[in-house]
Amino acid sequence: MSERVAVRKTYKLFIGGKFPRSESGRSYPVQNTNVSLASRKDVRDAVQAARAAVAGWSGATAYNRGQVLYRVAEMLEGRRDQFVGLGVPTVEVDEAIDRWVWYAGWADKIAQVYGNANPVAGPYFNLSAPEPTGVVGVVAPAEPALLGLVSVVAPTIVTGNTVVVLVAETAPLPAVTLAEVLATSDLPGGVVNLLTGRPAETAPWLAGHMDVNALDLTGVTDPGFAAELERAAAGNLKRVLRPPAGPVDWYADPGLGRMTAFLETKTVWHPKGI
Amino acid sequence: MLARMTATAASARSDLTEVARSEATLRSFLHGLPGVDQVGAEQRAAMLATRSIKTTAKAWAIDLAIRMVDLTTLEGADTPGKVRALAAKARRPDPADPSCPAVAAVCVYPRLVPVAAEALRGSGIHLASVATAFPSGQAPLEVRLADTRAAVAAGADEIDMVINRGAFLAGRYLEVFEEIVAVKAACGDAHLKVILETGELVTYDNVRRASWLAMLAGADFIKTSTGKVPVAATLPVTLVMLEAVRDFRDATGRQVGVKPAGGIRTAKDAIRYLVLVNETAGEDWLHPDRFRFGASSLLNDLLMQRTRLRTGVYSGPDYFTLD
Repeated sequence: MSERVAVRKTYKLFIGGKFPRSESGRSYPVQNTNVSLASRKDVRDAVQAARAAVAGWSGATAYNRGQVLYRVAEMLEGRRDQFVGLGVPTVEVDEAIDRWVWYAGWADKIAQVYGNANPVAGPYFNLSAPEPTGVVGVVAPAEPALLGLVSVVAPTIVTGNTVVVLVAETAPLPAVTLAEVLATSDLPGGVVNLLTGRPAETAPWLAGHMDVNALDLTGVTDPGFAAELERAAAGNLKRVLRPPAGPVDWYADPGLGRMTAFLETKTVWHPKGI
Repeated sequence: MLARMTATAASARSDLTEVARSEATLRSFLHGLPGVDQVGAEQRAAMLATRSIKTTAKAWAIDLAIRMVDLTTLEGADTPGKVRALAAKARRPDPADPSCPAVAAVCVYPRLVPVAAEALRGSGIHLASVATAFPSGQAPLEVRLADTRAAVAAGADEIDMVINRGAFLAGRYLEVFEEIVAVKAACGDAHLKVILETGELVTYDNVRRASWLAMLAGADFIKTSTGKVPVAATLPVTLVMLEAVRDFRDATGRQVGVKPAGGIRTAKDAIRYLVLVNETAGEDWLHPDRFRFGASSLLNDLLMQRTRLRTGVYSGPDYFTLD
């Protein structure tokens, strides 16, 4: 009997819940496999998908979003071996799953912590509530490949934003595997879009895109490039999360900063006693 | 196929005025038109759709497409306010950019023609109105003619009529022909666009016959669809209609326009149609007097693409009107 030939996997982009190849048809080799090399038109398509997903995702109840994210964690748990097989240390996989669950728990609590009933001098209920910003562009950190990606994606989507993530050029395989996890959870298509390739090429298009509401530059290591992206982002006054000033301990308690960075506060005056 | 087509057209040149003399002559003429090669038409349309139009050519095509738009609102919920807003958009589609051309026409229901006429006065933008019991056309002829006269009297200079598909599909071609002639007479000086509603004609052969029938009866434009049935304008259907207007001009010397309507939503789609026009009917049809797009959401996508070319960054729907 002849020897069985293994089926090789093609690592593709994740846009709108589907796995298309790059519009440009380009790919680049990573760890002896070919990975799609996204172009500016893939950025455009991803932003379109993310925009289309905003209404449904931000309109879902916080409880529902939390449940969907817990489901993602369940799926992650089932794929532990696959991540380890890609070279992600076991301790990192565990931390990434725990991080995801931790953020999932915040879905229906963040409004209680950051919302407020404000005392005002008048016959009004005055309420402030945090609301999602909309479409967030993310330049993901290269290291640690999985934990870093989870640590920037989970806090952004848990509050109702949708994201277009530019995965680091050197670490696309765990990202595409994470996309497979997301696709098999109940996460609506378009809430997370992952583009593999060279952020140096695609990030300026994402930063300048007028239909993107915020930009997370965590994965940008060159200060000059970060400044250039920030200038492009000013075109429509995007909220920008600057790159960290020094080395980040990704295993430490992340705090709430990454969630609140992409929230905006809505204050409502409601007449009472009339 | 084209050679046969031209041969038919040439032999028809002498007796085209006579073809509508009776039901029998009209039928034999329409059924004598060569059949459409369905696979060939679809393949050619698909092949032309792969043409890549970039940079300066794209900028030119987008501006031309904007000038060809019949900005349309045909909803039961249309209000005078909405029509005024649409007219303002027709005059200056992109308020942020004075170099953006105006659209070709605004298309509304007859009851809203006076509002639109007031809002468009002095702009040079045409005012089209659907008449003849749009979209079904299932009303007595007298009612449809009165509908047409009312729209023209209220200020419409283009009338979009629907053909009697029931009669056409039943093979009563002369009835359809005479109805178009009657509506054309009711139009007076207004241009007549004849809607074939290709989604209900089923076959390309029927589309070709209906195109010739409408042109013989005096149509200034032939239009694919009302936009109210599931299948609207497609590239192959438009290809068949473009061949018909080309052959009709060869046969009679009269140039008839084509208007695909319904389902054209993106600038990319619009550019594909322009390629089809250029390759099928020729450059003479690349003009708003000869080719139009019946559309509403298409304009915003054209404006977004135009802004993208001008500013170098991708634009978004937030920066254009909701209509």
